[in-house]
Amino acid sequence: MTRQPARFPEELKKKLRARFNEDWRKELRRKISVKERLAIERVAMPENEPMERIKGFFEVNKGYTPEMAMEEARRCLDCANPTCVLGCPVAIDIPTFIKLIEKGDFIGAVKIIKETNSLPAVCGRVCPQEDQCEGHCAYVKMGKKPVAIGNLERFVADYERAAGEVEIPEIKLKKGKKVAVIGAGPAGLTAAGELAKMGYDVTIFEALHEPGGVLMYGIPEFRLPKSILKEELDYLRRLGVKIITDFVVGKTATIEELKEEGYEAFFIGSGAGAPWFLGLPGEELNGVYSANEYLTRVNLMRAFQFPEYDTPIPRGKRVAVIGAGNTAMDAVRTAKRLGAEHAMIVYRRSRAEMPARIEEIKHAEEEGIEFIFLTNPKRFIGDENGWVKQMECIRMELGEPDASGRRRPIPIPGSEFLIDVDIVIIAIGTKPNPLIPQTTPGLELAKWGEIKVNWDTMETSIPGVFAGGDIVRGGATVILAMGDGRKAAYQIDRFLSEKRD
Amino acid sequence: MYRIIFNRPIAERIKHMRVVAPFIASKRRPGNFVILIPDEKGERIPLTIVDSDPHQGTIDLIYQEVGTSTFKLGLKREGDYLYRIVGPLGKPTHIEKFGTVVAIGGGVGIAPLYPIAKGMKEAGNRIVTILGARKKELIILEKEMGEISDDLRVWTDDGSYGKKGLVTHGLQELIDEGLKIDMVLAIGPAIMMKFVTKMAAEHNLPIIVSLNPIMVDGTGMCGACRVVVGGEIKFACVDGPEFDGHQVDFDNLILRLKAYRKYEIESLERFAGFYPEVKTYLQGGVR
Repeated sequence: MTRQPARFPEELKKKLRARFNEDWRKELRRKISVKERLAIERVAMPENEPMERIKGFFEVNKGYTPEMAMEEARRCLDCANPTCVLGCPVAIDIPTFIKLIEKGDFIGAVKIIKETNSLPAVCGRVCPQEDQCEGHCAYVKMGKKPVAIGNLERFVADYERAAGEVEIPEIKLKKGKKVAVIGAGPAGLTAAGELAKMGYDVTIFEALHEPGGVLMYGIPEFRLPKSILKEELDYLRRLGVKIITDFVVGKTATIEELKEEGYEAFFIGSGAGAPWFLGLPGEELNGVYSANEYLTRVNLMRAFQFPEYDTPIPRGKRVAVIGAGNTAMDAVRTAKRLGAEHAMIVYRRSRAEMPARIEEIKHAEEEGIEFIFLTNPKRFIGDENGWVKQMECIRMELGEPDASGRRRPIPIPGSEFLIDVDIVIIAIGTKPNPLIPQTTPGLELAKWGEIKVNWDTMETSIPGVFAGGDIVRGGATVILAMGDGRKAAYQIDRFLSEKRD
Repeated sequence: MYRIIFNRPIAERIKHMRVVAPFIASKRRPGNFVILIPDEKGERIPLTIVDSDPHQGTIDLIYQEVGTSTFKLGLKREGDYLYRIVGPLGKPTHIEKFGTVVAIGGGVGIAPLYPIAKGMKEAGNRIVTILGARKKELIILEKEMGEISDDLRVWTDDGSYGKKGLVTHGLQELIDEGLKIDMVLAIGPAIMMKFVTKMAAEHNLPIIVSLNPIMVDGTGMCGACRVVVGGEIKFACVDGPEFDGHQVDFDNLILRLKAYRKYEIESLERFAGFYPEVKTYLQGGVR
């Protein structure tokens, strides 16, 4: 995976410094001493009880109350050199928004976030904060729990929506130019929002019948309620963005054909939608799913409401999920909610290497998910109807660190054993969807079919065609995709402005 | 929303629907399919595009009423709408001049066979067609297939129309007559394609089959439609739906097609509660 190095651009430094020196900030810093701030315990996120929540798909986290948010905001030391901002892929002015919360100005706080992040209600819920902003918090260096930046972001975004105060920014002069955005996931939605605010005529083309991309088909209701996504989509529509669903760019029309329809620039955010399988014997059996299929059936097609909805999903009693990332956690917790007696994570490394967010692992543990570490499947065994009934596994041990820095798992010879299963879900990652690359001549690709871009401009090998999110990164996070979408939007503006003459 | 121009029966429980979908109509090629959703609570189901009129912006679909989704389609009337339709999906057929092409269609499989055979005819091939079904009432598109065929023979299991026997008997008959066959096209139930392929293998004939696994998104995203071809996993939606028949693991396809049988029956029984017409059909026994 390509990672952009974190930088503190001069302009950002200046902005942060100026706000840091505003009188109200100085005042707040004086009001409570550092010692007092350090003594405040991190405010825990209120959650629904594990045994209650596994009966349904409602959201696990209940969100802070205003009092809780202000209490948590008081913990923030308002550092002169706010390293948390460096940890944020879209460089949100974190100290300013937190200090506005401390002051009780929640709407002011959300406005600060929205300067660089158009989907705070989503990011506050699904960002891996421990690797980003919170991982860089000064508290961490002191061996303490970081300020709950993600919880605070979520709080102000929810507050704004509940208050009905979501403001539609005034659209500057209409530019009279058409831009096509391909894919209505986090990258595409962000790019579309930014371009619409600049005055472009933006149309999003989405292959599925509902927009949202992974936010719709992938992330379950209990982690990201669809009502939040729907409101974000309404916001975009009110900005004037057109969303055309059931339109597969590359099939329904190619980029070349859309150019003929008058689109002058393109943003490809088609995601890493193609699942990896393991290549093991028995993978073709019934009851073996990709996480994409399993989650799509449940989230997009609402199979958990079968037979009211027509798409079925088998309700397994013994469900094994292969992998330990966020998608694996989503799948295994979904299986639990669909009535699995044993919902298991089978992972070839150990607890410490699990790539999922800490919160997802914690929630999974509370919900009674079983973790089988240092174990890898070798083959799947079916019954006489071709339905999976067992999985032969082998025990692993950890060797030397590999390219990812994590210790490489090595099979222990002769340690094979069987696990009884009736559903297996493979959640070992996804690769870029090849539909657009295959139908767009001249588009340069990287090793696994990712679209190559100039990282400074997000422009592809075709002038006027930009790309971002998982289609260039191969499988990253919502916030990185959004960062790309935003960056590309500014570059598209530059491209189209220069094109005028 | 996609307006329905007509939706009429052409055989027992088989209907022909014409629907407005201008983009798809202008882009589709033989072998392409669409994914459609009958209504808000419906499934995504794949159907081959049988024909299109780019000027009118319409496409033609043919389906057999077997489950909730297809019964829902069957209840649509002229002027109604399909909730969603997306396409054209799948790789178009590789069409070239092979010489003599034997086009074998079984039951509702004649519908996807028609555009491919037509494409083959337009490329200059001689088309010898074998149509098969359980009985006379299930033979479709005989006239249309006749127009593009140099020779057309009908076989029924019960002998109620054409000759009595299976399509494999039809292929055997052509082989026995000494016909030089350059390509076989076979589309129909998986079990039919399996046995036609077996016979083709015995006579060293190349064969193309079009597979009909269960799909969800139809764009390569989920892998529901994976089939074993040449020992490897392929996605019928993006790698197919047509494959070299000799490479296909039909037994696996047959098992995978049955994966949701229990749910399909549950769903249809529930649906029949709302529609007496469907109930009557169910009482006749679900195949």
